[in-house]
Amino acid sequence: MSQHKAKEGIKKVYLESGLEVKPLYTRQDALAGNPDLDAERPGEYPFTRGIHPLMYRQRPFTMRQYAGFGSPEETNQRFKFLINNGQTGLNVAFDLPTQCGLDSDDPRALGEVGRVGMAIDTLSDFETAFEGIDLESITVSMTINGSALVMMAMFFALAEKRGYDLANLRGTAQNDILKEFIGRGTWIFPVDKSVKVVVDTIEYCAKHVPKYSPVSVCGYHIRESGANPIQEMAYAFCIAKAYTNQALLRGIDIDEFASRLSFNFDIYGNFFEQIAKFRGGRRLWAKIIREQYGAKDDSSCWMRMIAGGGGAGLTKEQPENNIVRTAYYALVSALSGTQTMALCTYDEAYTIPSEQAAQIALRTMQIMIHEMGIGDTVDPLGGSYYVESLTNEFEQAIQAEMARVDGWGGIVEAVASGKVQEAVSKQAYIREKAMQEGKVLKVGQNCFTVDGEKAQTVEFHPYNAAAAQTQIDKLRAVRATRDKQALEQALDHLRNDAEQGRNLMPATISAVKAYATVGEIISILKSVYGEYQEPIFF
Amino acid sequence: MIILLAKPGLDGHDVGVKVLAHALQEAGHQVHYTGLRKSVEFIVQRAMETTPDLICLSILSGSHLLICQRMGQLMAEKGISIPWLVGGNIPESDLVKLESYGATKAFATGTSIHQAVQYIESLAYA
Repeated sequence: MSQHKAKEGIKKVYLESGLEVKPLYTRQDALAGNPDLDAERPGEYPFTRGIHPLMYRQRPFTMRQYAGFGSPEETNQRFKFLINNGQTGLNVAFDLPTQCGLDSDDPRALGEVGRVGMAIDTLSDFETAFEGIDLESITVSMTINGSALVMMAMFFALAEKRGYDLANLRGTAQNDILKEFIGRGTWIFPVDKSVKVVVDTIEYCAKHVPKYSPVSVCGYHIRESGANPIQEMAYAFCIAKAYTNQALLRGIDIDEFASRLSFNFDIYGNFFEQIAKFRGGRRLWAKIIREQYGAKDDSSCWMRMIAGGGGAGLTKEQPENNIVRTAYYALVSALSGTQTMALCTYDEAYTIPSEQAAQIALRTMQIMIHEMGIGDTVDPLGGSYYVESLTNEFEQAIQAEMARVDGWGGIVEAVASGKVQEAVSKQAYIREKAMQEGKVLKVGQNCFTVDGEKAQTVEFHPYNAAAAQTQIDKLRAVRATRDKQALEQALDHLRNDAEQGRNLMPATISAVKAYATVGEIISILKSVYGEYQEPIFF
Repeated sequence: MIILLAKPGLDGHDVGVKVLAHALQEAGHQVHYTGLRKSVEFIVQRAMETTPDLICLSILSGSHLLICQRMGQLMAEKGISIPWLVGGNIPESDLVKLESYGATKAFATGTSIHQAVQYIESLAYA
């Protein structure tokens, strides 16, 4: 009786996803949604416990901090600083004009050149940015979407010029345009044409650059835009399926490209909820690829991911607390079996990371793997009654949310009509209200605040207007010295291929080799495809 | 009030502006939102067409100084006296400068939606 009373007196706990958390879990809970629990092994389908049998025991996660600002020269220096500090991969940030397909001297680029990332206009800039960096030992990931076709073409052209074999070239392009319509916003072409261009890159890579990952599907930005963890995974999987369906229509075999699709996910909020989200999601993705698409190769079924960042979880108030939050996010990421880790720096919510902040983030990962033994055994939370039970619940909840998107006519249709954007922005408002009302607590922001806070201890990265002018001068010099006839030919070829509906990658590579600018290439494609008209939803 | 929310420049971060749109709508105001990547010229033109009581600019890319300088110039050129605010990712040290360009008020990073709505409503009764 008293026990009953005590139970009634316990406050109910709900996760952000809406799932209820019990005060205690037992073996029955873990088995209830997954009778095969004891048989699950890492490296074996459906990969709940990890995609490799030995995980970090064999190879630690790649450490890949996001970096890039100003000119290609400045970015090259930051790259080398990170590599000299033990970073094992690069994650390139581009400025907004580059991301939107504009040249540095375009009037719309005024004040934006080199501001939030590195400015790229021509292949010459790529040559500078990666000068002295061995692209075979350091893998490069590019955070680029709307103009990803052009940046990938430049990367491949640079690799060829250096004499690398494209058949062995590794690396990743984010190149997930569907999520740009939901969050982040660097779209260029209408939705269907945008998907066509992404599928061109998948097709080209499957045939010519088979070890390169042409798309990293991003739940990350969808969650940063307000989605809850279930929506994050569900929308990302729907997007990955949309690209997959289109690639299959071109006659490419599922096992020729599925293993090169990867994911980028977000970490903030409840600790165990995020871990269960990844474990449940990994199991579900494996089942989708094998059961719905008939993939034979195990590697096709892997939900490979980069995870660790969670910008929306960080606060401006008491910014040093972000170092602590970030360390927890790193722990979540490692306990979830990530392949690559990138952490937000404590100052990143409002400025380009300082060198010191970037180093602290890198050290956070190094401390975890080298001092704390996080990689000693595979999936250390496997078998936890709570984590396993929540993993099962997540698998089902993600599946149910995906069915909802199907009910909207599929993700491409739901993005074009604005349905997804509406759902995500509603969720963002619900969360904001919950924070305002103190239902969701944020330390330093709506609780444990410091009186009369002037805790602005973050230094802002200065914008280098002179560097922007140097970039423009360099662009004009390249324009003046290139072979005009070769350029015209290459651009005509590109226009023709776009009009004929051919794969755009070969003509784009030829164009960048002739030193066509980002703006010239994108303008031609815009003239053929048109531009996206944003549906206004909030 | 009729309020025009706008995203000038190339910045694609629209979570904040959309949350503000929801909050203002819930508080009973009529909200128009421009969508992403609009030029200052477009925004001022839209303001002339819809004659809002207030224009709010949201800028997170760091290019707020140039954009707001242009906004102030164009509003003066066109002789428009609609008050305008700017918020987003803005260091405290830039607030005075932004107001000198003609912004009725500039909000630094970390301003809560609640504070912004309160300020906006205070304008209605001023």
